[in-house]
Amino acid sequence: MSKFEFPPSIKSRPVWGTLEARAGKHHLMIADAEGAEAILGIATPELMANTHIIYIPAGTDYAARLSALKPAQFYEGPSYAAAVTRIQRVLQDAHMGLQVYLTGTEGLMGQAMHEAMQAGIPHTAIQTEHRGSVARRMQCVHCKGITENVETDPFVCSHCGLNLFVRDHYSRRLAAYQGVCIDAEDPGNVPEPKGIYE
Amino acid sequence: MSGAEKIAVRVTDITPLNELVTRFRFEPVNGGLLPTFSGGAHTVVEMRDGDITRMNPYSLMSDPFDRSAYTISVRRDDEGRGGSKFMHTRVKVGDEMIVSNPVNLFSLDLRAKKHLMIAGGIGITPFLAQIKQLDRAHGNWELHYACRSEALGSYVDYLTTTHPNDVSVYYDDQGQAIDLDSLLDGQPLGTHIYVCGPKGMIEWVRGKAAEMGWPREAVHYEEFLAPQPGKPFEVKLAISNKVIQVGEQESLLEAIERAGVDAPYLCRGGACGQCETNVVQAEGEILHRDHWLEDDEKASDTKIMPCVSRFEGKTLVLDR
Ligand code: FES
Repeated sequence: MSKFEFPPSIKSRPVWGTLEARAGKHHLMIADAEGAEAILGIATPELMANTHIIYIPAGTDYAARLSALKPAQFYEGPSYAAAVTRIQRVLQDAHMGLQVYLTGTEGLMGQAMHEAMQAGIPHTAIQTEHRGSVARRMQCVHCKGITENVETDPFVCSHCGLNLFVRDHYSRRLAAYQGVCIDAEDPGNVPEPKGIYE
Repeated sequence: MSGAEKIAVRVTDITPLNELVTRFRFEPVNGGLLPTFSGGAHTVVEMRDGDITRMNPYSLMSDPFDRSAYTISVRRDDEGRGGSKFMHTRVKVGDEMIVSNPVNLFSLDLRAKKHLMIAGGIGITPFLAQIKQLDRAHGNWELHYACRSEALGSYVDYLTTTHPNDVSVYYDDQGQAIDLDSLLDGQPLGTHIYVCGPKGMIEWVRGKAAEMGWPREAVHYEEFLAPQPGKPFEVKLAISNKVIQVGEQESLLEAIERAGVDAPYLCRGGACGQCETNVVQAEGEILHRDHWLEDDEKASDTKIMPCVSRFEGKTLVLDR
């Protein structure tokens, strides 16, 4: 099962939706890992005839099933970093009437949403659906470095080494949650790390 | 006192543009500077006609950065309740009038990569101010303007001489019409649509854009509804404990104000939501005419927008 019920939180925390096929001239679907399941869930031959799928498998084996949907274009990339120039290029050439669908991990959706917003799509018009890992993309508020795939709270900043507390405070611009030093007052007093939602 | 803050102005120029439309220029009575505004804003003009005070919203069409004067263009509506006729026939250069501070319910979304403006008839006025604003910021815009005929094409000459490459004009009587399908097809990502004109045009553009997958957030529209005359009716105001009569030519909001009860408003045209009032009891039919309430709210008859809506029936009690 790739769905997870996120607990209610502060306003800053993004709320992900459920994909639905919408009227549009073209459709851009960007997904990673189990996000493929959400695409498989809404795919119809008519929809796929005008759809460009950009997919990052991240170790899963959904790619063959996605390309079997016969989308107008299908791209499989090894990482988000490898796919991002293609995403930017597609958005640059796109016209109004494009529908954007993002699905998979929060890191993927957040970063792709940033690109779509930069291209001029209002963020409320971009569809999302969370699937798969609940790991977060975190920004250290102290050194500004980004640590990907954070699964525990607290965690160690991969750039400056501080012990960071995982906050629900989210930056749409950075597509990252904020991590704040947890032992600043009392260095070394760090609680035992546990899963973010445990 | 409800509504936006008031400004005392003097009419310093009246220029008829064609058979139906006349332009008015207002300068502050005290000689100071007027508040700046943003393109798309309107002002509510008070018209004192004997015992009756009408207040109508008009889009500001002057340069938003010119604080010496406001200008509006008024289209005469012989069918209406007389506000526009009053402006056309009774207002003279030198008169003192009261206008409200500008309020904008039709502002540009400055995140847009391109602004696609669609105007019908007198709906051109907010765009004149928006274009001045965008030109200062080197904004990317394009205007498609439909008018009945060359003779009634207010500001066509001005627009086509100052912006020959950005303005397209369509004359109904020459069988010209905006080709909306091809206009909306192929617009760059980040384009926003602004439409101001008759109800049919607004619905046509909104419907077509939705069908083609344009996000709702990228389609902006403004239609001021003039309150329509109708059968007189009686209303009980529960909080102020008053029973008032709404005349044939008067809006419910005006009748409430005439009774000395302060009621909130901003646009007086069914668009802003400020005047929303709870209905305590309604035995009869509320004639909802606003653009504000949702369909289910209208159907439930628990709310009314007194600036444009009326009532027919036995009893109406409002929470005011
Ligand atoms: S005053 Fe704006 S909706 Fe009534």
